[in-house]
Amino acid sequence: MNVRKRITIVVLANAAFTLAVLLVAPTVGSTPIALSRVFDQSMPWESNVDAQIFFVARLPRVLSGALVGAALAAAGVVLQAMLRNPLATPFTLGVSAGGALGAMIAIALGLDVGVLGVTSVPIASFIGSLVAIAIVYGLATSQKRGLSTNVLLLAGVTLNSFFSALILFVQFIADFTQAFRAVRWLMGDLDVGSYSPIVAALPFLVCAFAVFAILPRTLNLLTLGEDVAAARGVEVVTAHRWAFFSASLATGAAVSLGGPIGFVGIIVPHLVRLMVGSDHRVVLPAAALFGAAFTVLCDLVARTIIAPLELPVGIITALIGGPFFLWLLVKKS
Amino acid sequence: MVDDVSVSLAEGTLTGILGPNGSGKTTLLRLLSGTRRPSSGRVRLGDRPLDELSRREVAQHIAVVPQETQLAFEYSAIEIVLMGRHPHLGLFTVEGPADLRIARDAMASTGTSALADRPFDQLSGGEKQRVVIAAALAQSARLLLLDEPTASLDLGYQLEVSALLKTLNRDHGVTMAISTHDLNLAASICRELILMRGGRVIAAGPTHDVLTPENVRRLYDVEADVHVHEDTGHITVVPVRRLHP
Repeated sequence: MNVRKRITIVVLANAAFTLAVLLVAPTVGSTPIALSRVFDQSMPWESNVDAQIFFVARLPRVLSGALVGAALAAAGVVLQAMLRNPLATPFTLGVSAGGALGAMIAIALGLDVGVLGVTSVPIASFIGSLVAIAIVYGLATSQKRGLSTNVLLLAGVTLNSFFSALILFVQFIADFTQAFRAVRWLMGDLDVGSYSPIVAALPFLVCAFAVFAILPRTLNLLTLGEDVAAARGVEVVTAHRWAFFSASLATGAAVSLGGPIGFVGIIVPHLVRLMVGSDHRVVLPAAALFGAAFTVLCDLVARTIIAPLELPVGIITALIGGPFFLWLLVKKS
Repeated sequence: MVDDVSVSLAEGTLTGILGPNGSGKTTLLRLLSGTRRPSSGRVRLGDRPLDELSRREVAQHIAVVPQETQLAFEYSAIEIVLMGRHPHLGLFTVEGPADLRIARDAMASTGTSALADRPFDQLSGGEKQRVVIAAALAQSARLLLLDEPTASLDLGYQLEVSALLKTLNRDHGVTMAISTHDLNLAASICRELILMRGGRVIAAGPTHDVLTPENVRRLYDVEADVHVHEDTGHITVVPVRRLHP
């Protein structure tokens, strides 16, 4: 089958599935709601409980789940190809740890400086991610001209453990309530509470996805090795730079929105590859769409499984992701 | 490292680059393919300096076959060959029927058509190398640079690949430069040789003039018998012993 047809079919199938999930997810939850009442204009907003549940509690959560899932899955695909490592995740290069440290500091200091309706924690998290991106990039480019993916990987892994240590320290000096909030945030939770953080994250995600759109064929060649890619006409250093910054930006924005939700960035790319092969022109859009559906579905389980209690989605993705990751390791070796 | 080197590859020739480990063969190939830039001097493709061309433009004219290709993810053989079309495609262009035809032709001339839908990782060493050569051919380049293309292959595959290279050069007019440690391979397929040691060219010219016992000694510190077959003109090199200067 020709490439264009394959891309179209796979993308349309995934888009249809994701759309279905996005339409159904906000209607399901621990409290049953009637759609007829949700969209009933004649009822005043204050007394329309169904509409409040739908528009205030569920819809923002579903939308942020879709954006976070799409961003993490796509960033996972890009980083795995760029690092030529199937076990890389969006959190491998230390961006999420930077984001987490930022959030921890905001929580521990009790910062309360919202900008345009966005609270201090997501803002601090995003700044933390940007700092981590700058440090990792600085290290990776310091040794020689260009950008060494080996140093990138080492710097990322080291930064991850260093930031984790700092996160523990911040939690230690924080008081009990703050420490509780911090732990909750680290679990990854899509309960964003309003549309403002979604709107704030959107421009960064749009930029990242615009870069993702031009990367796929280059990613195919990068997985064959840098020398082969260069000989086929890829400007390798430039390609690495675009891949690193776009994937990191998507990760930083996703983490600021939902916290470090684990495993989405590795399960989804691998599931998609199992279904459609390794051509990144198919894998990247399919993973973004499927990642959105996967995360919203996991969150649906998290919201309902022990209702009326709502679990953080990170627990569900980890429960599915841990065993999947192990299976993948065993299968690869 | 390579120092004070001046070589030229004429259109339609098949040139062998010989030399001991660390003599600069691979560096010379990288300089020729433009993946590495000379600190002084220049590399020209026809009459255009290579460093004035973008990577994409260079790749439209020069293709490279590495010693080995390791995939990080699974691709079928035809996908690998189609990736050779990269420098001819625009940012959002997808391979069309013309590209597919070029890829299929490249697979036909390397005898890999039957492998098209097989996963690359499941192919034998010789099959892989022929698929990679097909990918380089699909790049529609005038010049093919091969870095020890037979080094990781057993005898049967070595013969298979070297026969393929000879055919491609003779029947399809592909200009090639190939670095190798195999003197007999070089003698049997290369019309021209470049001998390198310590980053310098110590001899270059037609195989018959260059592949002599003195040159083999200067190259490897090895005493060797060089036989020229009276009727066919085939050269065989039989190493005798290592000399310690």
